[in-house]
Amino acid sequence: MNRNLPPLSPYYRSLTRNMVLLVMVISFTPMVLVTGIILDQFSSSHHEKVFAHLGELVLKHKQNIDSFLDEKVQNIRFLADSIDFDRISQPGIIAEDLSRLQSAYGTVFVDLGVVNEQGQQVAYAGPFNLENAIYADADWFKKAIQSNYFTSDVFLGLRGSPHFIIAVRKTWQGQKWIIRATIDFLSFNRLVEKVRIGETGFAYILNREGQFQTKPIFDFTPTLDIYSRYFATLSRMGKEVEIQERLDGAGVKSLYVSALLKGGDWLLVYKQASSDAFSDLHNAQIIALVFFVLGGIAIVAMAVWMSGRMVRRIATSDKEKEIMNEQVIETGKLASVGELAAGIAHEINNPVAIMVEEAGWLQDLMEDGAYKNEADIKEFERALNQIRTQGKRCKEITHKLLSFARKTDSRIEDFEIGHLIEEVVALSAQRAKYSNVELTTRLEPKLPAISASHSELQQVFLNLINNALDAMDKTGGTLEISARQEEGQILIGVADNGPGIPKANLARIFDPFFTTKPVGSGTGLGLSICYGIIQKMGGTIAVKSALDVGTTFEIRIPVKTDDTVENRTVVSASDTCN
Amino acid sequence: MTPMKLLLVDDETDFLNTLLKRMQRRNVDVQGVGSGESALAWLATHATDVVILDVRMPGMDGIETLREIKKKFPLTEVIMLTGHASMEVAIEGMEMGAFDYLMKPMDMDELLYKAEDAFKKKMIHEGKIRQMAEQLR
Repeated sequence: MNRNLPPLSPYYRSLTRNMVLLVMVISFTPMVLVTGIILDQFSSSHHEKVFAHLGELVLKHKQNIDSFLDEKVQNIRFLADSIDFDRISQPGIIAEDLSRLQSAYGTVFVDLGVVNEQGQQVAYAGPFNLENAIYADADWFKKAIQSNYFTSDVFLGLRGSPHFIIAVRKTWQGQKWIIRATIDFLSFNRLVEKVRIGETGFAYILNREGQFQTKPIFDFTPTLDIYSRYFATLSRMGKEVEIQERLDGAGVKSLYVSALLKGGDWLLVYKQASSDAFSDLHNAQIIALVFFVLGGIAIVAMAVWMSGRMVRRIATSDKEKEIMNEQVIETGKLASVGELAAGIAHEINNPVAIMVEEAGWLQDLMEDGAYKNEADIKEFERALNQIRTQGKRCKEITHKLLSFARKTDSRIEDFEIGHLIEEVVALSAQRAKYSNVELTTRLEPKLPAISASHSELQQVFLNLINNALDAMDKTGGTLEISARQEEGQILIGVADNGPGIPKANLARIFDPFFTTKPVGSGTGLGLSICYGIIQKMGGTIAVKSALDVGTTFEIRIPVKTDDTVENRTVVSASDTCN
Repeated sequence: MTPMKLLLVDDETDFLNTLLKRMQRRNVDVQGVGSGESALAWLATHATDVVILDVRMPGMDGIETLREIKKKFPLTEVIMLTGHASMEVAIEGMEMGAFDYLMKPMDMDELLYKAEDAFKKKMIHEGKIRQMAEQLR
């Protein structure tokens, strides 16, 4: 904010704070909601898309691999049907078969062998020297001899390098024969190796023991129980593809897409770090976050700036209003003092007239030279006494006026209201007399002190009394001013039995410039000033009126809280000017 | 010429009495009453030429009294006594047919002078009426 501006009062500071908070809440709530919902929707749809894509990918590869394996088995079975087991041990026959196989199906088949029921390889063609090798104790042989065809896990075997075997069993002349072919590990591996997405996505195949059946691109040790769970889940649920998102061994959140291969013996697993798989989503989130932060900063800045400006403006207009109010009150005060002065002039005129007459009478007597006899001297004395009496009367009037005028500043003081009411009533008594109004007071003794401006309250009562007297000017009547204590408040009633205020006007009488008096006679400010003064004191002013019955103004002023002061007009003049 | 008969109306007794004494000392035929009502009552029973009437009185005020006097005793002249602040009332009174007004406190001689004027006006007025009545006869 501008440093040249004076600091605001706590009231305006809290107003600013509230406005800033309100603006921020109102701006942020929809922003957070919209952004959140959109991000959430986007995230879930993106997840679905990624899952569907990866599922599809893995499923496709599963089918690829499965069909690859099936095809190889079919190839060997086809070959097996044409093998002449009598001649198979003759050299060259098997080599011919292998070359036929390789020329027909590529170099996927590394070697070819025929094993008899006892586990002895009776014929072999291939790069290794495995003729007459004994497989009787090999795992694959034990399994292969049990079924018509068999695909082994990857193992090192006799040759000492990873490979796996496709074996087909044939029965010839009551003997079981196994035709086995070795699949080129590298070309099989390639099937899986080419599954590469993003930076971290790769695939591998595990057997039920958790051993790699392919060489994974990234070296890691699979956690056995998790994979066995995959096996269980996939075979139990009957699902083809299982997708999970969890932490991997290195603590990186990853996606695992798995599918069973080879009739449930193998598990094809595709693994990708989540951050990689959802990198689009992450980018979107980062962009959203950046916009959110920028928008947030803009909102906060705007809220602070705008609220500051608005509160400044409010403060300025409040100040202007306050000044205006003070001016209006001052004007009203002058008006009522003017009205008062007219009354006082009247009142003072009477004793002055008497004095003038008495003086004239004395002069008359002296002119006649009749001041020698007893009776004339008595008359002299009487006349002089009368002048003195009337002079005193004048003095009282001027004193009343002075005591009124002396307290025209609007300092807040603690005083008892009864005295003030008596003062105002005394000032208005003469006017009331000429309006044929019986002006009475009914004040509860020892009222607690109130904290208020003496002159402003005087003005309130003067206005109310003047209004009542104006209303009853033609008819006369009674005007009673009462004051009593009620529930921590002082209740002051100004009740007349005048013509009353019509209902239509009743709601507007406290409005500024509302008057029923002819143009030039009333400002229409009196009651609005009263209202303002009483409001400022924390009190209330209300009116009840019935036509031809009368009008009652009821003022409630809070009692000064700390201590009750009895019948003291001025306890302490506080230094705070308001 | 018959002497002038005055009636002084003022609610302020001290003022009324002193004024009465001073006028009587000047051999003016003057009576005093304390209110508008008693002034009307007096006029009803006593022939009076000029009424000196205070405007501000409790009860029936000067203007009302003036209205009544002009209604019931149209020939009776009225001089009003006003305070400074009630010039409007003085104007109102003049419009209603008062002969003149004076501001309190007033000079005794001025008052009597105006009363004489009023009396003369009344005499001339009555003279005219008498003449017209005689011509009619």
